[in-house]
Amino acid sequence: MSRVAEFIFRRRGRNGWHWTDVFTWVWLIGGLFIMFGPAVWLVGSSFKSPAALAEFPPSIMPYVTQKATVEGYDKPLDLYEVTMPEGSKKVLAEVRRIGIVAQMVSPDKPTEIVKVNIAERTPVRTMSFATSNYSEPFTHFDFVRYLWNSVFVTVTATVITLIVNSMAAFALSKYEFRGRTFAMLLILATLMVPLSVIMVPLYSIISALGLFNNLWGVILPTVATPTGVFILRQYMLTIPDELIDAARMDKASEWQIYWRIVLPLTAPALAVLAIFSVVWRWNDFLWPLIVLSRKELYTLQVGLSVYSGELNVQWHFILAMTVVTMIPVVLVFIFLQRFITTGIAGTGLK
Amino acid sequence: MVAVRLAMGAIDVPLRWVQRRLGIGGMATFFLLPNMLIFGIFVLLPFFINFAYSMTGGTALFLPDRTFVGGEQYARLFDCVNYTDPNSCAEDTFWTAVGNTAWFVVLQVTLMILFSLITALILNRELMARSFWRAVFFFPVLLSPVVVGLIWKWILQRQGLLNFGLYGLGFDPYTWLNDRNWSFAATVGVSIWAHMGFYTLILLAGLQAIPKDLYEAAEMDGTRPARAFWRITLPLLMPNLLVVVVLVLIRAVQIFDEVYVLTGGGPGISTLYITQYIYETGFATQLRNPGLAAAASILMGAVLVVLTLVQLGLGRKGEKKGARK
Repeated sequence: MSRVAEFIFRRRGRNGWHWTDVFTWVWLIGGLFIMFGPAVWLVGSSFKSPAALAEFPPSIMPYVTQKATVEGYDKPLDLYEVTMPEGSKKVLAEVRRIGIVAQMVSPDKPTEIVKVNIAERTPVRTMSFATSNYSEPFTHFDFVRYLWNSVFVTVTATVITLIVNSMAAFALSKYEFRGRTFAMLLILATLMVPLSVIMVPLYSIISALGLFNNLWGVILPTVATPTGVFILRQYMLTIPDELIDAARMDKASEWQIYWRIVLPLTAPALAVLAIFSVVWRWNDFLWPLIVLSRKELYTLQVGLSVYSGELNVQWHFILAMTVVTMIPVVLVFIFLQRFITTGIAGTGLK
Repeated sequence: MVAVRLAMGAIDVPLRWVQRRLGIGGMATFFLLPNMLIFGIFVLLPFFINFAYSMTGGTALFLPDRTFVGGEQYARLFDCVNYTDPNSCAEDTFWTAVGNTAWFVVLQVTLMILFSLITALILNRELMARSFWRAVFFFPVLLSPVVVGLIWKWILQRQGLLNFGLYGLGFDPYTWLNDRNWSFAATVGVSIWAHMGFYTLILLAGLQAIPKDLYEAAEMDGTRPARAFWRITLPLLMPNLLVVVVLVLIRAVQIFDEVYVLTGGGPGISTLYITQYIYETGFATQLRNPGLAAAASILMGAVLVVLTLVQLGLGRKGEKKGARK
């Protein structure tokens, strides 16, 4: 295949660089920065203290100004490296600042106040990872609960999706019955009915069933995925009917045929659907936003969006929790990317 | 595992009885039932109720409690003095949202197709570590829209990475998301960033399915690469390209999640798109009006269906043309 590509953009002259070669590498390297850069910047920023986040221009690594406790002062004071009038450099602690003049003391001689122009000093900074950005939301806020809600929704919805969709796919691939084509068409037609079109009446149905402000109200409408039925059916069609006939001869019930024979043989397609379902449900936003209005029921996505929309955004917590929200998906990406890419290339599903 | 096996064995006993009553053919209904039930309740039923909803008024939630108003909601949506000016309409936010969405769709779909096609062509070349590069462009696809929105909100804010880069080049920091045009551009750019890899993958699969002897034959005939691209690559890629165009279009019309987190529709309503309009009219505002939201959502659904049909029609024509050449 790659020879095809080589032909389309072949190099003029084996050793020289055709413009397409240059363009390719500019595009790839640019892509590397644009695609990965933002996520890397997010992770880097999530370890900065609030003070470091407010800085402009921002530093690449998380730095904090060093502080020192000086005798006679209650609070720890910021340390600065000061260029003294005679040219030597000294580390002093700032007591207070009035306009462009700072009153500073030497940590060894707390009584002697030196006045310094602020242009002649630079803060003493050390690298420090603000891990409290991660630990605090889990202890002081509801993020553990959001995390749990998200995990519950994702796992439950995926398990139900797998069972319900595989049962339907089994019926649609291994039985002849009236209305089979109609059922299949009906399922595929609903691919054209997205949530944004039916959200108003769906909300009333969920409320009528008493599932408003209930995690089941988030889970149930998502589990009968048409794409899931479709890929599982396509896969089950490749399982030879002789296997099933043989099992019937041996007095296996239809349920046993489904559970003991067809399902194990469908494992690869089930794995692909499971991966997709986990990513879909973990990332769901609009529907949980509508169904869940009580804080303790929020999923991670809803919680994050609500906190980031507040007037006084606590970016240091938001960034850290965004990273936490990213972790499962990044793990899926690293370990299961192959399944996903072949799944998409084969069926065009997302 | 043992528990699951025992449970399944226990289920088998009553199911054998069911099977005796229904017969083997009847078991198909049994297997189909759960999926169809969920489907019927949570997809089909709301789909049909939506039409009834759009013909009722008031703020009551349940259909029986609502008053029938006939086509009033639609009339309100279409009540305009001058259809080219959203401000002359009774529901000016609706038309602003429609206009914003139209611009968004035109720009985003064009750029998305262009970028993913270029990326697919490049990834189809003989590259070092091709699967790595494919992963690079695919990576944002799996991120949740909320995470995508927050990542870019953080980068585009005043102390953000973009301003840092521009500061290095001597520009003053700017609050991009407070500017109408820039925040619109940001929603287009961010949505392309987040979804490009998905479409690239579909196009790449199409490119790799093109038989290479076609190119070898063309090469022997002395065809230039550019000509081979227009005459071989593009016509043979057409089916995949059309799938991608339809998917991008349908998703672009419904854009919501990333934008809601990134700009919240602002500044003002300059990045308010149609799904957010429906969401806010139906649920979020003080004067919520589910009937109006339902009417708007039906109009959007109609546009989606028309777009799909037009695309499929064009696709059939295009395929015939391509075959003739």
